[in-house]
Parts: sequence; C-alpha cells; structure tokens
Amino acid sequence: MHDLTPITALGGLAPQVDTHGGVTCTEVPDVALASYAARLGQEKLAQAALKKVLGAAVPDVARLVEAELAAFWMGPDQWMIEAPLARHETLAEDLANAARGVASVTEQTDAWTRFDLTGDRLETVLELLCQMNIRAMRAGDAHRGSIHHLGCFVICRGAEHFSIYGPRASAGSLHHALVSEMKSVL
Amino acid sequence: MTQKNRLSGGQIDRTKPMKFMFDGRFHQGYQGDTLASALLANNVRLMGRSFKYHRPRGPLTAGSEEPNALVELRGGARQEPNTRATTAELFDGLVAKSQNRWPSLAFDAMAINDRLSNFLTAGFYYKTFMWPKAFWEKLYEPVIRKAAGLGSLSMKADPDEYDKGFRHCDLLIIGAGPAGLMAALTAGRAGAEVILADEDFSMGGRLNAETFSINNEVASDWAAAAVAELSSMTNVRLMTRTTVIGAFDHGIYGAVERVSDHLHTPDAGKPRQILWRIYTNKTMLCAGAIERPIAFDNNDRPGVMLASAMRSYANRWAVTPAQRVAIFTNNDDGHRTAMDLHAKGVKIAAVVDTRPDVALSDDYQVLRGAQVLDTKGRLGLTFAEVKLADGTERTLECGALGVSGGWNPNLHLTCHQRGRPTWDEALSAFVPGDNLPDGMHVAGAANGALSTHGALETGMKVARQALEIEGRAGKLPQAEDAPVKITPFWFVEGTTRGWLDQQNDVTVKDVKLSHQEGFRSVEHLKRYTTLGMATDQGKTSNMGGLAIMAELAGKTIEQTGTTIFRPPYTPVPIATFAGRIKGMEFHPTRLTPSHYWAKEQGAVFVEVGNWLRAQWFPRPGETHWRQSVDREVAATRASVGVCDCTTLGKIDVQGTDAADFLNKIYCNAFAKLPVGKTRYGLMLREDGIAMDDGTAGRLAEDHFVVTTTTANAAKVYQHMEFARQCLFPDMDVQLISTTEAWAQYAVAGPNSRKLLRKIVDAEFDISNEAFPFMACGNITVCGGLRARLFRISFSGELAFEIAVPARYGDALMRRLMKDGEEFNVTPYGTEALGVMRIEKGHAAGNELNGTTTALNLGMGRMVSKKKDSIGSVLSERPGLNADDALKLVGIKPLNKSDKVTAGGHLMNAQGPVDAAHDQGYVTSAAFSPSLDSMIGLAFLKSGEVRMGERLRLVSPVTDLTVEVEVVSAHFVDPEGERLRA
Repeated sequence: MHDLTPITALGGLAPQVDTHGGVTCTEVPDVALASYAARLGQEKLAQAALKKVLGAAVPDVARLVEAELAAFWMGPDQWMIEAPLARHETLAEDLANAARGVASVTEQTDAWTRFDLTGDRLETVLELLCQMNIRAMRAGDAHRGSIHHLGCFVICRGAEHFSIYGPRASAGSLHHALVSEMKSVL
Repeated sequence: MTQKNRLSGGQIDRTKPMKFMFDGRFHQGYQGDTLASALLANNVRLMGRSFKYHRPRGPLTAGSEEPNALVELRGGARQEPNTRATTAELFDGLVAKSQNRWPSLAFDAMAINDRLSNFLTAGFYYKTFMWPKAFWEKLYEPVIRKAAGLGSLSMKADPDEYDKGFRHCDLLIIGAGPAGLMAALTAGRAGAEVILADEDFSMGGRLNAETFSINNEVASDWAAAAVAELSSMTNVRLMTRTTVIGAFDHGIYGAVERVSDHLHTPDAGKPRQILWRIYTNKTMLCAGAIERPIAFDNNDRPGVMLASAMRSYANRWAVTPAQRVAIFTNNDDGHRTAMDLHAKGVKIAAVVDTRPDVALSDDYQVLRGAQVLDTKGRLGLTFAEVKLADGTERTLECGALGVSGGWNPNLHLTCHQRGRPTWDEALSAFVPGDNLPDGMHVAGAANGALSTHGALETGMKVARQALEIEGRAGKLPQAEDAPVKITPFWFVEGTTRGWLDQQNDVTVKDVKLSHQEGFRSVEHLKRYTTLGMATDQGKTSNMGGLAIMAELAGKTIEQTGTTIFRPPYTPVPIATFAGRIKGMEFHPTRLTPSHYWAKEQGAVFVEVGNWLRAQWFPRPGETHWRQSVDREVAATRASVGVCDCTTLGKIDVQGTDAADFLNKIYCNAFAKLPVGKTRYGLMLREDGIAMDDGTAGRLAEDHFVVTTTTANAAKVYQHMEFARQCLFPDMDVQLISTTEAWAQYAVAGPNSRKLLRKIVDAEFDISNEAFPFMACGNITVCGGLRARLFRISFSGELAFEIAVPARYGDALMRRLMKDGEEFNVTPYGTEALGVMRIEKGHAAGNELNGTTTALNLGMGRMVSKKKDSIGSVLSERPGLNADDALKLVGIKPLNKSDKVTAGGHLMNAQGPVDAAHDQGYVTSAAFSPSLDSMIGLAFLKSGEVRMGERLRLVSPVTDLTVEVEVVSAHFVDPEGERLRA
C-alpha cells in the first residue's frame, strides 16, 4: 500500500460542502471513472461486455444507468463508467480486462471533478449555469454542455439531486460558478 | 413635496410614500410610480435637455420608447447615464440628475446652439470640419467629443453582479397586454410550457392604462386575475421587468431581466440584471403598438406628449402633467384621452382634430378640421397656437398637449432576421410582413388588431394555431371593439422646426435638406440626419421621417420602406452582456496538481492558456527574478530539478489502428515504434506548416499516449478528432484527453535517476540499460501507486517525466522535495524551463509560430517520404523549399554583455538595414547561466551553412544593434551525452 495522501480537486483533505438557501453543493472525490469506447466494428460485442459488467443495459443517448456500476453516455458508442473509488481503484484495468479488446478503456478518475447539488430548487440554480433544458431533465438524464466556459457533464439523479462533472484542474472556477449562482438565486 | 398634479385612483400604493431627489431637490411619490410619473405629480415637466440644441424637454411617452426624459440615475459607481425616467421605477431614496446641461437644467449655457440652429442643420459636421485637414484631430474632434453625448459615465468599476441564464419553453410570449395574457391563458390551460415576458413591472400592458372594462370588470382587474391564474400554473413562467431584446437564430431569443433595478442596491449576492437566452419552439409577439406624434413647430416643449401617455399617467399613475390640457389628434383614440382626463377633473382646453367630420362633445370643446401650428413657453408649454378650419388662428392656454397621430404596431422583433413589414392602408401603418423569424407568430396590436377585443381574440386564436391546440376554444372575454378611424396626418404644412426625432434633434427641415442633397434611401437619410439612432432607435420618430421623405420623393410610404431593425430592442448595459465573465472570472483558471504546494513556496505564477504555472520560485535574499531563474537552471544542471509539466496536453490513443493513425498525424514514422518506447513527433498542418510537436509513448501495441504543447493541447485534440472522424473514419482508433488525469513532473539533472530510485518501487529497474533514453512504461511508486515513467528530456539533461493520478500530485511533489534534499533538489519554473530548452536548442511555441516548416526547424528529413501524412505533400511546395530557406540557428553576442532580444532581425555585418536585406529573425532569447551571456534562437536564411558568421541583430523598435555570431542551436551538450547518461 502506497503512502501518498490524496487531496481533493479543491485542494482539501476532505470534500468541501457549501449550503445556501436549501441547496447543498458537495465535492465528491471518491469516484472512480473510466471511459469505455467500442472498437470499430466491435460495437455490439462492446455493448454486451459493458452490459455484463454494469448488470444492466447500457445507457441510451444522454442517459445514465445506475446498477452495480453506473454509466452515462458520452458520445456514439462511448460511455463513462462510474464506481465507488474505495472498491474500484483499478476500475479502468478491470474494465479493459472485461472488454477483451472490443473496447478501448482509459482511466478518467482524476480527469474530472464532481460536485453534487442537492435541494429542492436546483432548476433555478442550474438554469443560470448551463444551456440545457434543466426543467425537462428527469432522473437518469445525462447531458454534456458548457458551464462557465468549461465542458461539463450534467447528470440528473433525481429531482433533488444533480451531479456535475467538470475538468479537475478548473475545480476552483467551477465551484466558484456553482456557489455564486446558488447565492444569486436562493 | 406637494404632488400638485396627483389625481385620484390609479395603481399606486398611497400607503407607501417614497422620497426621492431630482437635481438636488427632494420630492415625494408612491410605490408603483416611475420617476417620470412622480416628477409629473410634483409638477416637474422639464426633465432633460436635447442632444444637439440643448432644448428643454419633458417626457414624450410613458414607456420604453421614450426619447427625451433621460437622466443619470443613482450616484457613485452605480451612476447610470441615459436612464429613461419613464421606465425607472421609483424607490425610496432614489437620486437622479438631469444630464447634458451646464450649469443647470433650467439655465443651460449650451442652449446657445439652439440660437445657432441655422448653422447646425443635418450634415453640418461633414461640411464644416473638412478644412484645414490638420485641425480635425487636434481641434475639431476633441471639441465635438466633449460637446457630444448625453449622460456621463462614473468612470468607476461597476460594483454589481450580472448573471446569464438559459430557459426553454414551447411558447415564448413577448408582451403581457391583452393579447399576451390571452395567449398565455390559452397555452397554459392546454398544458404547454410557456414563458410570458413583459418589460413592465406590472403585467397587463395597456389594460393598466385604460378605463374600459373586460367582462364587466375593470380592465386592470381582469389583467390581475389573469396573472393570478397564470401564476398558479406550474407550466407557465411569468417574467416581469424582462425585455426581449432580440430574435436570434434557431428559436433563440435574448431577454434582459432587471432583477434589482427597482431597488436602492441589489441584495447581497443578487444580480442587478440577468441576460436570458430563451430557447423556444414557437414565439408569439404581443408587443402592442406605439403611438406616433405629429410634427408641428415647437412640438418638443415639456408638456407636449403622446395622448396615450397622458392617458397612462392619468389612469395608471393618477397624474396629470398639468391642470389644463389640450389634445391634438387625427384619430378617435385621441378623444379617449380627453374623456378620461375630463372624468378625472382635469380641464380640457380643447380637442384639436384634423378631421372635419368628427363628433362634438358635451364635456369639452372639439375643434374640427383644426391643427396646432406652434407652441409657446420657455421651459414648458403655456400656450398652443391653433389654426381653425376656417383659417383663423386661436391661442389655447394649456400646460400639456396630448398628441395622437395614430398607432404603429410594435413589429421590431419581426424584422430581426431581415424581415420586412408591409403597409396597411386602413391603419396607415406598417404591420408585420410574412417573412417572420422561424416559429414566430404575431397577435394583438402588434399585428394591427388595435381594439381590446381584437387583441384578446387574436391572442387566443394565434396561440391555438401556434401550438396546434385542438378542441373547442374557451369563451372569449367581452371587450370593446372600436374600429380604427384615422385620417393620415404626419406634419403640419409649413413647419420647419417641427421635431421628428426628439432624441437626435432631427426636424422636418433636416429631412427636407437630406432629400435636397440627394439622399434617397431611408438608410442614407438615417445616417445623414441621425434620425432613428441612439437609445430609442426612432420608435416614435421613424414613421414621421419616412412619411416626409415619401412625400418629397413622390412615393408612397410603403415604397419608401423602413430602415433595418436590429437588436437590442432597448439599450442593454455592457455589463449585462459580460455577466460574470469579467475580472478574475474572465475565464476559468486551471491549477496544476502542485499548485497549492507551489503557492506555499512563494512561487510566482504565469498564465499559460488558462493554466497558472509556477514561473520561478524566489528564495530569501533574491531580489530579481533572474537570480531565481539562474539559480534554478544551475542547480538543475548541477544536480536535479523538478518542474510540474502536467499542463502539456496528454491524449490517450487506442485501437488496432492507433499506430497507423499516428503515422498519418505525425510527419515522421510511428508504426514501428516498439512498445515501451517514446518518440519525438512533429505534426504538420495540411498546408505543410508545422502545427505542434510533442512525444508519443507506446504503452501497448494498441495504446499510445501523445503529448502536446500546453498552449495547443485543445487544438491538437480537436485536429486529431477531426482526422479520426472525417479523414480516417475506417480506422479503428479511439481518442480521449487525459491531460488533467495525471500529475506529471519533469525530474531533470544528473542526479534525477538517484532521486527517482527513492520514489519508484524497487521491482522497476530504471537503470540506463533497462530504461534507456526515450523509454516509457507503467510503474508503481511509493509502495504501490500506479504511475507512468517516461525518459524524455526538454532540458537536455538526464531526465524523466513521472506521472501519478492527479490527486496524488501534491503528495508526490512533497515527497520528491523531501527525498531530494540530499541532492539539493530544486523546483524550477517555466522561466528556467525556457532557458534550458533554448540552451539545448529545442523548439517551442516561439519557433512553431504558424509560419515555419519542418525544414525551417532543421527537421526537414523527418518528413517521411515512405508514407503519406497530413501536410507532407504540401510541405514539398517549392516556395517552402527555397535554397536560402530559413534554418534554425543559435546566436550569441560577440560582446558577452550585449543583449539579445526576441523579435529582432538579423542583417549582414555590412550593408543596409532594411526589409529587403533581412536575413532572418530571432524567435527566442534568454540569459544562459551555462554560457554566462545572452543567447538566442533564430531563423536565418541558409542558416546551416553560415556557422561562425558575424551578423548584426537589429531591433528598430527597441533601438538595438548588436553584433552576433551564428552558432549551433545546441548550446549545451550538442552530442546529447548528458541526456543519454
């Protein structure tokens, strides 16, 4: 076991939590991520392999599936796989082994930072942040868009729970944008 | 504080009095007032001075179309110029100042311009300031600039926040008058997602300003009930204080919501305004109509206003602009104003109607077939001169004159995508044409349905059509349905100083002059006279100008046409467009994994792209950056240095065709690169010019990691994706960025291996034999953490780049520093990095400057002829391969103390110094601690055969001429022994 201590994307040892007006923004660092892209001509096999790992059908366009692992759609024949980091530190390696050459798997764990917004007025916050139709999003919707000029994923896990993935190096800017808009409308 | 002109009734809250100040005097109004209504209530008609002639002016309107009553609102950093008093909501403590006057509003010295009006007609500037030529810049322009403009800026930073937001709907309804409310009720009840936006703080439009009834209810009460019903619908969003400013492509509309403008200061953290981008499937423009004035001499005195505005002030705000008023009209609507004000006890001096056959009134005098010729009153209207039907003239005593020349449908937004309106003869007005923006429908007065019934009916009908609502329509409320009775009348014959555009001081005479001077297009008329420009964009003036122009040209108004309507519909503060994208938040920042550690070390940061990179790490006693940088270079070359190079782009390339794909992307060969090896690669643009360079490490047969320069990371990724998807769609290759996933540090210097030996887990052999120059591989560090190691060198020293998951970057840097203490490990920043790469002769962004080729860079032979790659064919263009092509060389000054500057040009030792004799230019320069002098990299004609030649480095910009010697670009370790050690 190595002896290096990780820090969160915001630079802390523990996740940052901000609450304002009934909405809470929580930094979520304990997530393993890996991208999973089907090899050319192997799309069906790649989906089948992923289905087996997920324990559920692979998500459709702009959708999220949460089963043993979670996965959301990123592009044609391409998904991002989410898993609890503590149990899936080697997620990318495990997926690559499961794919047996029908998909390209790349570790994305620290390419992204995740913030979860919870509360009952998320729509009013999010509509100041991103161009997607937040009001129409339902649990299981996963869209890609821009927040504060940062390419982000916006995932609806429930009416009162959204996850936002943004580039890790810009976690500070993204967090600032989220909290500023929480204060702006709540 | 008497509110002498306040009437009974109205939609103001008399239980909430508000104190405000205008031009240093306190007044009182009520909640629900605008600044204009409150000033009129206090018998203040004079609110501003005109743009050019500094004529006294009062409000012409009661809405956003106002040309005259512009004030500076608030003070200090929040001072806002050119604010329309007619839309500024009153709040307790409001402070406003009149503008464009000196020393005071009542006595304005610049009003001398009015006396000189014969000399200041349209085109005056163009004709007068032509000569002498030299005077323009030094005299005329500064003087004109000083005199021009209306309000002034505070010149302080705006302290408020502004937001941007995005909303989506099935139906966007613009305007909440009778048509808009009826449309919203229809669509809302049908379950559609509706946004109803209105620029006013109170929805209802003219229903709030009229006395008639709907379904036997007071119109404003019906509006309030409709709003209440709409508020209860979760599928309907009501946006008050929101002006839809533009119709853009693909069903996107811009809207500005004034969140806090009605407050003294915004609440903490709250925005002042929000710029909304509304995405909608369908749009209904229900923006109503704007009344138009009639031009006659001195029709601009404070007290002269649109008859509908006078009615609005009386009915909605319980204010009359004067105790005795007159009306001048060419249509039935003007009579409504007289009736309403009479009912409120205001004395009607007379209704002057241009039509000879209108009905008389029992309550007041109606002068049929009459015209107002002129007005009197120094700072406000006192008398109106009237010419009666029989030709005799009469003077009416009145403090206000309501003018009605008919109504113009408010079709601005129908034309934002080059749509053209069409002429409606019955209305004597333009109505929306049939080339509307996609998905737009128009209802109510905006479409020429000027009665309340017409508005309600079309509001319902068009909403049903737009949303394809089936089934029986609901019952339409009962409302007045008066026909439009108008006889077109644009200006009084013989008038010269009859004002058309009160904001820009354009008169009937100016339009005639424009025509006389040959300007036949309405667009030219606009530019020559300034008709229709500035904050109101001619909402009350354009039609008058067109009518006169049409008459002069012997055309119809329809043939004359309108100018182009452009967004924004009403003025928008620049800050609103900026939103939060300003100052430190102008763009997102990217922090390296070692940022927090570097900050603790006191690092000086530099922005590279969006990254903040440590530029150097000052130590106590160092007073100049060069001391820090020289130390960092020397320490690295002597022992070991560590630099965060996470910022370099990393692109994961996988797939069975990954190697072949890289063969296409890079000009040099990659297909045979063994697993566990890294290779330098040069990417060319399609035109053969060098685009970017970097390395590609092969981690498996079907897996590469490509690195790019920091600045080009996104561009290269985009380029590779384009190639993958569009150029080589049959290749099995997958790409994804991993730049931020890995913290990557360069560990460079003769002791770098020794230091890494303490970090890298024992089972991995990193000796020169097992892990030679350009090796790469997956390893573990610090007891099992997955990591990657590359033996590559930018500094020219024995060097490695080690990568760990980004979250461990901070800890790894601290570990490297701790474990490196015995080697005097030194962190180095981008400056030292730059110095060392120049010493080594490595090209960077300065050399890959978008004009250079592989040949120029000394890598001509790298462009493989055995394969096809992007740019390889066009790199063979003769023009890029001239015999004397520029080649990368090093230069050093003959006198060690001389400066070498990047950007300077190289000239032969003898001969002229000019562009024709240019030999090349310096791209990079630095002080080299290793050579104890400045050195530079340069592109020199035939550079490869000019080693040892003496040249002059000249920089006319910095007045520099230095003798330099041409040397190899590899100043340090040209044989590469160190990096292979």
